[in-house]
Amino acid sequence: MVENLKRLEKLINSELSSKIKDSSIENNELLIEISDSDLMEVVQFLKTNEKCKFRQLIDIAGVDFPDEEKRFKLIYLFLSHENNQRIKLSFNFETNQLINSITKVFPSANWMEREVFDMYGVKFKNHPDLRRILTDYGFKGHPLRKDFPLTGFNEVRYSEKEKKVVYEPVKLEQNYRNFDFESPWEGTNYVKQINKNEKDGKKN
Amino acid sequence: MRKMVKKTKSLNLNFGPQHPAAHGVLRLILELDGEVVEKADPHIGLLHRGTEKLIEQKTYTQALPYFDRLDYVAPMNQEHAFALAAEKLLKIEVPIRAKFIRVIFCEIGRILSHILNVTTQALDVGALTPSLWGFEERETLMTFYERASGSRLHANYFRTGGVHQDIPLKLVEDIEKFCRSFPKIIDDLEGLLTDNRIFKQRNVEIGVVTKQEALDHSFSGVMLRGSGIPWDLRRSQPYEIYKDLDFKIPIGKNGDCYDRYLCRIEEMRESVKIILQCIEKLPKGPVKSIDGKISPPNRDDLKQSMEALIHHFKLFTEGYRVPKGEVYTAVEAPKGEFGVYLISDGSNKPYRCKIRAPGFSHLQAMDYLIRGHMLADVPAVLGSLDIVFGEVDR
Repeated sequence: MVENLKRLEKLINSELSSKIKDSSIENNELLIEISDSDLMEVVQFLKTNEKCKFRQLIDIAGVDFPDEEKRFKLIYLFLSHENNQRIKLSFNFETNQLINSITKVFPSANWMEREVFDMYGVKFKNHPDLRRILTDYGFKGHPLRKDFPLTGFNEVRYSEKEKKVVYEPVKLEQNYRNFDFESPWEGTNYVKQINKNEKDGKKN
Repeated sequence: MRKMVKKTKSLNLNFGPQHPAAHGVLRLILELDGEVVEKADPHIGLLHRGTEKLIEQKTYTQALPYFDRLDYVAPMNQEHAFALAAEKLLKIEVPIRAKFIRVIFCEIGRILSHILNVTTQALDVGALTPSLWGFEERETLMTFYERASGSRLHANYFRTGGVHQDIPLKLVEDIEKFCRSFPKIIDDLEGLLTDNRIFKQRNVEIGVVTKQEALDHSFSGVMLRGSGIPWDLRRSQPYEIYKDLDFKIPIGKNGDCYDRYLCRIEEMRESVKIILQCIEKLPKGPVKSIDGKISPPNRDDLKQSMEALIHHFKLFTEGYRVPKGEVYTAVEAPKGEFGVYLISDGSNKPYRCKIRAPGFSHLQAMDYLIRGHMLADVPAVLGSLDIVFGEVDR
């Protein structure tokens, strides 16, 4: 399995050498880092190349790193049934950057990109229908950004007086408390030896 | 006489969000030409609870129960994906007995989900009896959940490094007894549906998915297999002990609603076989990792040992820290590939946890599946997609 991944890594590196920034295999997973402008070509290559055959887009995940200059990161997960392999594609970009939509190549990217737009406010170029998807109609803000508060801004309730659902600013009886339990103590490097005998029997 | 040329205008119909056949809170905006659907625009998110955001604020142990609340008809399968992801980052080995117990409960989850789906799909097209029969069996299965974990639905049973507690001795016998009698119930259900004229009229050749389209729309699970693509993560990328088990993977031929129904029926039979094999082979031993830094000590040790007490305290306040890294793990949940993309920054809370729900991609294809069909086919197609809003909306 790992050998196959290494072979794939080599192939991609040689075929797309100018477009690959970095590639690594960690936890048996191949990650390819590219720059956002090369997205279309790389995705097209992964889908159509005879040796890659990544015909299925599994998911698009956004990540927010508020302290970094290139704040957002997108990770595309692909799967190849024929070769039984997975690959991850990732790139970082700045807040207001336009990202190419891959809906032309993978129709299923439509909702996934809408979700990223909804959650992070990332805009996609040439997306057929870039609307919010999971949040409420008329929602403001992008909830998965790290600077979005967990409790949100608005709360809704049914008002008996007005006979409709009303929106009000969040009012909490007690503020959300996020305790920091993390101790500065690094711990020891001691690793418990798992005894073969103990593992199989006795202790129940 | 003037020739009557009728000009028809398409009709917009709002289906849901409160509709018994919408399987939850789906709002579907349909554009109709007479009774033919021209366009369907699903509006989702009415059950959005911000699971991913919440998980970022919780320790790994606290994050687990959120997975029960995703696909709430097969809770443990979801927990499994998260537990596997954390284990992969921590690089810990799960004791063999825990693996068997996990597989038993995952397959129970698969049966739970498939019973619900098959019978409600029948309900959607007008058959009431299957759901009455099927739910009785679900109730039995949920008592198994309860006896192992303490709750019928939101089990919170799997842990990083194993499962929470060992299962009671009598439970294994009862599960076996159930597995002996359950195939008869499947036969009964099949007797009601498989050759039923009305059921076939409503399902055969409806919502056909070709192989290519199944790939393009990121389908997984039964939606993929129903179209004749032999792909099951339990076989192709085996996790836990699926490698050593003997089971078949049913695949469909035509990719219509009826084939998907047949696939689910067969999968239930295979699940029963898997559970029986697991019960037969079930080894003795610990049920969670014996590394005190990850799994809590048992009650006896807590009363005797200072070290155990400290471990217990640290685990339930700070939790355990997971090494920096990114990992994607997927399991074959009843509805398809359920994946967790976990990013750890080395602290005790996940930095990001992206949940890949199979239903999300399936529902996305609703427009393409229903275009050109009649309005009455909408519930049939929706039923065979096996949608549960807990996981679609997250």
